[in-house]
Amino acid sequence: MHMADALLSPAVGTTMWAVSAGMIAYCSNKVRKELDDRKIPLMGVLGAFLFAAQMINFTIPATGSSGHMGGGMLLAILLGPYAAFLTIASVLIVQALFFADGGLLALGCNIFNMGLFPAFIAYPLIYKKIIGSRPDKSGITIATIISAVVALQMGALAVVLETVASGISSLPFSAFVALMQPIHLAIGIIEGLVTATIVSFVYKARPEIMQSALHSGHIGQHAMRTVLLSFVVAAMLTGGIVSWFASENPDGLEWAIANVTGKEELEGAKDGMHALLAGVQDRIAFLPDYNFRKSETIQHEALLNGKNRLGTSVSGLLGGVITLALAFCIGFALKRRKNSAA
Amino acid sequence: MSSIHNAVLDLRRLDLLANGDSSIHRLDARSKVLVTILFIFFVVSFKKQELGAILPYFIFPAVMLALSDLPLLFIVRKIAMICPFVLAVGIFNPLIDHEILVRIGPFGISGGWLSFFSIIVRSILTAGAGFILVGTTGFTAVCHALQRLGMPRLFAMQLLFLYRYIFVLTEEGSRVSRAREVRSFGKKGLGMKNFGSMVGYLLLRTWQRAERIHLAMLARGFTDEFHTRRTDRFGVQELIFVTAWSAIFLLFRLHNIPHIIGYQIAHILR
Repeated sequence: MHMADALLSPAVGTTMWAVSAGMIAYCSNKVRKELDDRKIPLMGVLGAFLFAAQMINFTIPATGSSGHMGGGMLLAILLGPYAAFLTIASVLIVQALFFADGGLLALGCNIFNMGLFPAFIAYPLIYKKIIGSRPDKSGITIATIISAVVALQMGALAVVLETVASGISSLPFSAFVALMQPIHLAIGIIEGLVTATIVSFVYKARPEIMQSALHSGHIGQHAMRTVLLSFVVAAMLTGGIVSWFASENPDGLEWAIANVTGKEELEGAKDGMHALLAGVQDRIAFLPDYNFRKSETIQHEALLNGKNRLGTSVSGLLGGVITLALAFCIGFALKRRKNSAA
Repeated sequence: MSSIHNAVLDLRRLDLLANGDSSIHRLDARSKVLVTILFIFFVVSFKKQELGAILPYFIFPAVMLALSDLPLLFIVRKIAMICPFVLAVGIFNPLIDHEILVRIGPFGISGGWLSFFSIIVRSILTAGAGFILVGTTGFTAVCHALQRLGMPRLFAMQLLFLYRYIFVLTEEGSRVSRAREVRSFGKKGLGMKNFGSMVGYLLLRTWQRAERIHLAMLARGFTDEFHTRRTDRFGVQELIFVTAWSAIFLLFRLHNIPHIIGYQIAHILR
């Protein structure tokens, strides 16, 4: 699923943009260094192919409804991780610009969610390991399905994390995850099946494509990189899932303070530098108490700050209507002036 | 007929609009990209339940559409096809968030509904900004602008190649899709195995095409450049454009204009 601008906060959006931009730069560098001139038109044309293929529907066997393929896994198998990431990113950019499929600010999130997981995690760590050096039909099918499922699960989890971290949607993490993951499990299996049929077809028709794809563009001789990536993934999973079970009992220090003073935390000074910094920290603390900002906190804040803003609500509504009307009138007037001047 | 055909027509039309000639079209692409990004940034920077304060931002698409002669109905239709995922997630807000924040007479509007409408407004504004950018600038110019703003050259080339071949490949895809549709006797396609071989066949032809392109590139001594007709010039007009809109966006972010207006009017009427 594409992440949208409307559900995003600037902090999350710009962070993911920075990450994706960095990855694009990194992958561009890698592809350029590969010195394989053929890759460049291939990437462009395969991107266009993916774009076209995504618009062709297929019927899903059990349900009878139709779906379309994502294709990230397919590109990773055919192009290798770096080129595939760039191609996926380019397709997403075109979709965002021409079809508003995911917003412009959300591009960073989308490129990360739909590019990183198939190309850099599912492909090298799962697909290649299962395939080994001699692919055969059943190996391809199993490897593709598992890779697609894993890539989509992680992508879905990333969407949930980004949405919850942004705080625009009120869906709590647990409910959202419970919705997204099963759906994307089904989508992943179907995607895997479809990708597997295409890959098997290509393998039967022109096996040298598969061979050249397998032997080029390995992620590098550093085993360290794979290990690091696995750690990042593990950290994400641990943070996301295990924290559900985090204990709410006070830790050692808080317990000690509670025993001595009767409260779990000491209060700081009410004014001066301490209070100023505490205020700043309060505002920018991304995860106060290691929790996403609960909606009550935000509402409470809105109430306190908004006593002035939402106080007289009729005037607010009136003002809103007038503002909208003003905006459209200005546009209309400009258009009139332009047409009469022409 | 097939949705692929309509999608490509849409693509073509939005791109052709960029060939228009208006004061907005003549601006340098970088200024338009910057202002669009700023616009989106400011629109999403509001807190969850702020609805009224975002409304003044409609002036940006209104003015841009008016000055650039983009067909209003076309853009509105494209915005109306907003990704349903946003709505599906947003609709949970009113279901979860029941605390009444605004009272109008006997009715109370909960924070959930406020945030839901806020999400809708954000979607409209951000999608609109994107379409206006493409409609007044064109994809190739946007790519060049991004490259001047720091994007790696290889990736810019990838985007331009992709764009150039989208039309060719969607044409092929649409032919294949229509052929299948005609043979399906009303069913939606012929099953997954058939899809696999169909798309696989398309893929093989694509691969061969890529090899031909590569040879053509070598034969013509292709270097990294894609040459365009328009030259880039960031001049006084662009500077005014960027600073004026930035100031307006900042103003709307810092002051809740609808509230001010409404308050004044309510004050006068009392």
